[in-house]
Amino acid sequence: MTTQVRSVQPDVAAGASAVEAAIKATALTKIYGPRGGSESRHRGWRRAKDSGADTKPKAAADDVTFSVAPGEFFMIMGLSGSGKSTVLRMLNRLIEPSSGELLIDGRNVATMPDGELRELRNRKINMVFQHFALFPHRTVRENASYALHVRNESAAKRDERADWALQTVGLGDWGDSLPGELSGGMRQRVGLARALASEADILLMDEPFSALDPLIRRDMQDLLMELQRDLNRTVVFVTHDLNEAMRMGDRIMIMRDGKVVQLGTAQEILNSPADDYVTEFISDVDRSRVLTAGTIMQEPLVTATERDDPQDVLRRLSNVEGVGAYVLDDEGHIAGITRADLLAAGVGRQRATVGQLVTNEFKTVGADAPLSDICTLVGRNSVPLAVTDTDGRLVGVVPRATLLNALATPHPRKDDGNA
Amino acid sequence: MPSINVGAPVGALVDWLTANLGALFHFISTVMLALLDAVLIVLTAPSPYVVIAIFVVLALLERKWGFGLFTLIAFLLIEAMGLWIEAMQTLAVVVVATVFAVAIGIPVGIWAARSRKVSSVVRPILDFMQTLPVFVYLIPAVFFFGIGVVPGVISTLVFAIPPAVRLTELGIRNVDKEVVEAAIAFGAKPRQMLREVQLPLAMPSIMAGVNQTLMLALSMVVIAGLVGAGGLGAVVVRGISTLDVGAGFEGGIAVVFLAIYLDRLTSALARPRRRRPKARTQAPAPATTTETDQPALASS
Ligand SMILES: Nc1ncnc2c1ncn2[C@@H]1O[C@H](COP(=O)(O)OP(=O)(O)OP(=O)(O)O)[C@@H](O)[C@H]1O
Ligand SMILES: [Mg+2]
Repeated sequence: MTTQVRSVQPDVAAGASAVEAAIKATALTKIYGPRGGSESRHRGWRRAKDSGADTKPKAAADDVTFSVAPGEFFMIMGLSGSGKSTVLRMLNRLIEPSSGELLIDGRNVATMPDGELRELRNRKINMVFQHFALFPHRTVRENASYALHVRNESAAKRDERADWALQTVGLGDWGDSLPGELSGGMRQRVGLARALASEADILLMDEPFSALDPLIRRDMQDLLMELQRDLNRTVVFVTHDLNEAMRMGDRIMIMRDGKVVQLGTAQEILNSPADDYVTEFISDVDRSRVLTAGTIMQEPLVTATERDDPQDVLRRLSNVEGVGAYVLDDEGHIAGITRADLLAAGVGRQRATVGQLVTNEFKTVGADAPLSDICTLVGRNSVPLAVTDTDGRLVGVVPRATLLNALATPHPRKDDGNA
Repeated sequence: MPSINVGAPVGALVDWLTANLGALFHFISTVMLALLDAVLIVLTAPSPYVVIAIFVVLALLERKWGFGLFTLIAFLLIEAMGLWIEAMQTLAVVVVATVFAVAIGIPVGIWAARSRKVSSVVRPILDFMQTLPVFVYLIPAVFFFGIGVVPGVISTLVFAIPPAVRLTELGIRNVDKEVVEAAIAFGAKPRQMLREVQLPLAMPSIMAGVNQTLMLALSMVVIAGLVGAGGLGAVVVRGISTLDVGAGFEGGIAVVFLAIYLDRLTSALARPRRRRPKARTQAPAPATTTETDQPALASS
């Protein structure tokens, strides 16, 4: 049972403190001016009556600060109208920030002259759109190579990159078709190819999969995660689907009314939601699919090596009221497990070592296995489920109580207070 | 209630313009006459049957046999009624007026689409142009350009420019906002975006504007006949003024034939073209197979 390996990056959790941030936004704010926005125009009539109530224009994005590490998969999520698209579009200045500072690779984007900004959009930071936004009059290949077309690459180079990108998203044979001839899922693959072909290393995605069927959405999520791991792009991904956010994102920024409510990893958010709004959100998250073995595993209370003395191990086991323990070889690989009854039988014998008292009644999973996959494996044996790394070394265990605890909603803490 | 004389200053303005910009009007007049003559020569130099054959071939490009047959019969009838030269004069006026209307209307429409301010200035002017009774500006046009075909073309222009502007603006504004954003997000310059994205996608709407411009221009020819623009308009006017209903009807039916022909011919342009991209899809298809065989050849 191999699940997709998620790129686990040590720097990511620490934000951008260690590495220079790919994107660093400080106090980004967008206020649609009274005459600037198209919206005020349309609302003019209705607004006029209750204008006394809100004379202060509402900020679509209010003091938004975050940074994204190179290679990070960064999620922006929130309900409709919470300002996600506004924040995303300020990153490449499709929307001009009203105030705030924005650094991309250390370069100040907010004050960048037009030419340099176009260069940045063309080579550094690309975008994938909710409704694909393909050019309907250009072939799939011409769509995919648009960034190279804009930078005046030769036809040969353009086609080569476009075909590579189309191949990468699984549309190698469709270069000569028109977007109108493709299904929704395929069109969004073209949208993705268009962003990949330019070799820009930051990808902005505004609800790219929300217009797709659930099954196709799943495929696209897998494809994107695979690509992101292989090509190591930095992704800023807008979604209103927390399951999607938690499935793919390294970190998630939850927004409400233009403000950041919480920013953290899926586990941090699940375990300690910042407020009722977030709690509401995560209440319908399928925790068993979001949380993985690696995120809830614990240090094994007792481990033994093959050369250990059975008596010693038995004593340590009884200290923690355990009934079994993993036996590891010198490299940390699991040699088997031993049980209290086996140890007890061995204690009497001469020169017995734990290595002679092992069985293989245990199960292992990878750190990235979702809890839904491990439910059936936990609690069957006398030892907790083992979590191993790719080389088969023991990195942690999942006791049954831990699993049940993780699957429960975060309300228990409130209950504790009441009790 | 004090009476305000709006008419007097306008009259004074017209006088002033005639007095001071005579040279300019003369120049415009000369250029336009030359153009009209050129078009008319092209249309009338060959035998009518050759021209009719060409019209039929153009009609058949639509792949509609009925339209081809209609074209053949309609133009043969015009020729048989002895109105060929007049019909070609009218066609020349319509073509020249449409070319000017489109040459002015499309750029203004593009400009209006890109700036709300321009749009809000242009819009009332267009309303004004479309609703002001024709004779109100037909008379000054005669003052400026004298009796003849030129004031006819000019007043046709006034009437025919608005749809070109409006439908161009509408077409560009209606281009999917995300697609425009996509072009910007990949670093396209505004001009490049206009040329490569907005205009091609607005083309059906722009072509509908061209079609409307043509139709409005044609609807003006009878009125232009009143100021000596000749052509079928003159035939109709003559028929009415001599109470010769038959002659008037002949002129009228010829105008209708022209209108149907031009409408059918140009409304096809307004439909999004499916054929052209299809052809392109097929053309490179063999190239794909060679590409996979010999990648080196693909770049040549
Ligand atoms: N052009 C505009 N003029 C004025 N207000 C705007 C404009 N665009 C967006 N807004 C307002 O800004 C706020 C945030 O909009 P935004 O599009 O960023 O939300 P969102 O989180 O992307 O929502 P959705 O999930 O519906 O896409 C909304 O209240 C919206 O009404
Ligand atoms: Mg949005």
